Amino acid sequence: MSVRKIIAAVTLVAGAFAGTLIGTQAFAGDKIRIATEGAYAPFNMKNEQGELVGFDVEIAKALCAEMKADCTIVEQDWDGMIPALKGRKFDAIVASMSITKERLQAVDFTDPYYTNALAFVGPKGVELKTDKASLKGKTLGAQRATIAGQYLEDELGDVVSVKLYDTQDNAYLDMATGRLDGLVSDKFPAYDWLRTDEGQGFEFKGETIKTESVDKIGIAIRHGQDDLKANFNKALKAIVENGTYDAINAKYFPFSIY
Amino acid sequence: MNWEIIIQYYPKLLEGALLTLELVVISGVIGVLMAVPIALLRASKTPWVRVFPFCFIYFFRGTPLLIQIFLIYYGASQFEAVRDSVLWVVLKEPYWCAIIAFTLNTAAYSAELFRGAIQAIPKGELEAADAFGMSWLLKTRRIVIPRAFGIALPAYGNEVVLMLKSSALASTITLLDLTGMARTIQARTYTPVELFTAAGVIYLVMAAVVIGLFRLMENRFNRYQYYKPNVDQLNVDKP
Repeated sequence: MSVRKIIAAVTLVAGAFAGTLIGTQAFAGDKIRIATEGAYAPFNMKNEQGELVGFDVEIAKALCAEMKADCTIVEQDWDGMIPALKGRKFDAIVASMSITKERLQAVDFTDPYYTNALAFVGPKGVELKTDKASLKGKTLGAQRATIAGQYLEDELGDVVSVKLYDTQDNAYLDMATGRLDGLVSDKFPAYDWLRTDEGQGFEFKGETIKTESVDKIGIAIRHGQDDLKANFNKALKAIVENGTYDAINAKYFPFSIY
Repeated sequence: MNWEIIIQYYPKLLEGALLTLELVVISGVIGVLMAVPIALLRASKTPWVRVFPFCFIYFFRGTPLLIQIFLIYYGASQFEAVRDSVLWVVLKEPYWCAIIAFTLNTAAYSAELFRGAIQAIPKGELEAADAFGMSWLLKTRRIVIPRAFGIALPAYGNEVVLMLKSSALASTITLLDLTGMARTIQARTYTPVELFTAAGVIYLVMAAVVIGLFRLMENRFNRYQYYKPNVDQLNVDKP
């Protein structure tokens, strides 16, 4: 019988302790371990061969090429992402992570590499008004540990029933079965999903959600890694200027997301 | 260690613990009720009667609980026939999906425990029942089930503790049980050490209660094992 989650938690705790013990040890200059989630299309997902691909992965690779660094890209579950970074399982997170005040207390961020927005998604043919009064009594989903999830809990938690999922895919799956009246998601991955076969019966609902601050996506690194941060920022600036960024952007969206 | 976080969120964690207990108790009770007839069939001497319980037990012991939960929660809902049927009222709710998965899983494990216990009843006791001319039903009710219950008790206590811990998987289908609650809170506070330690301590306390209850039951149902004759009242010469 599985006690997987508990084991994961214990490993994580052990990792965090080990992290503090070797805290002073510096990393070899050019080897960078980058984590991504692999369940957040089109930003990071796995192809048929099981390799990590997507916008985040391509940006990470372009940055590494620019920095002439030796990078390995590893997979990590979303809600253990920041603890694992702090536990030194890897050195950077390129996984469409929004820069928030809470996260800045736990980790440091590079300059943003794209700008995100939130949106409601619901089934076609069913009216779903997105103002608070009309949403009363509805069941809405989002991914756990995301801006979308926090938005639901903070802004609508008192009127709607909020269901949080381990991955965005599971939230889509549950909306398709009718368990959810709708979901709140980051706009670009939803845009991508709505173009797939599974997404055919769904559409954006209402206006793009305005959160209190503009939702910037950055690369998370541990506090105190100023050299790494400077290198990432320099490389990011370079790929934006030399057109590499635009080329990658164009592969995924017909509009600029920078 | 940030104690403030633990204190601030303790009521939430206890709320989660309550759901965990609810899941374990409800599926535990239904599971045992299912396990007894399955075990009796499984212990039958007629081969074809053993086929169904064997397959049931084999499937639920042979696949991970997480897969069973996903099959019931995400799998069943893929079929329109299921979504249009009355079953959907139940299967729509993650709560009932978790109860169904845990119930079937624990029923399979318990049935196998009870089957072993039934077969471990001393032959002489069954022969004595036959010698009294008891019918199969009477023998089962008076001798087989009570005796097997006592024999299976320590192993069954173990199964309940395992189930308590496996119930953490309910958090994968949006339920806010103790683990789900801890994960959701730490997703916001980024203090996994504090929250998972607190959750771990609550699990330990719940496990201690389960272990204690089963110890009490063992003392009661298997008291012949703990009986010590009072030497003073036996009128025997002390050495």
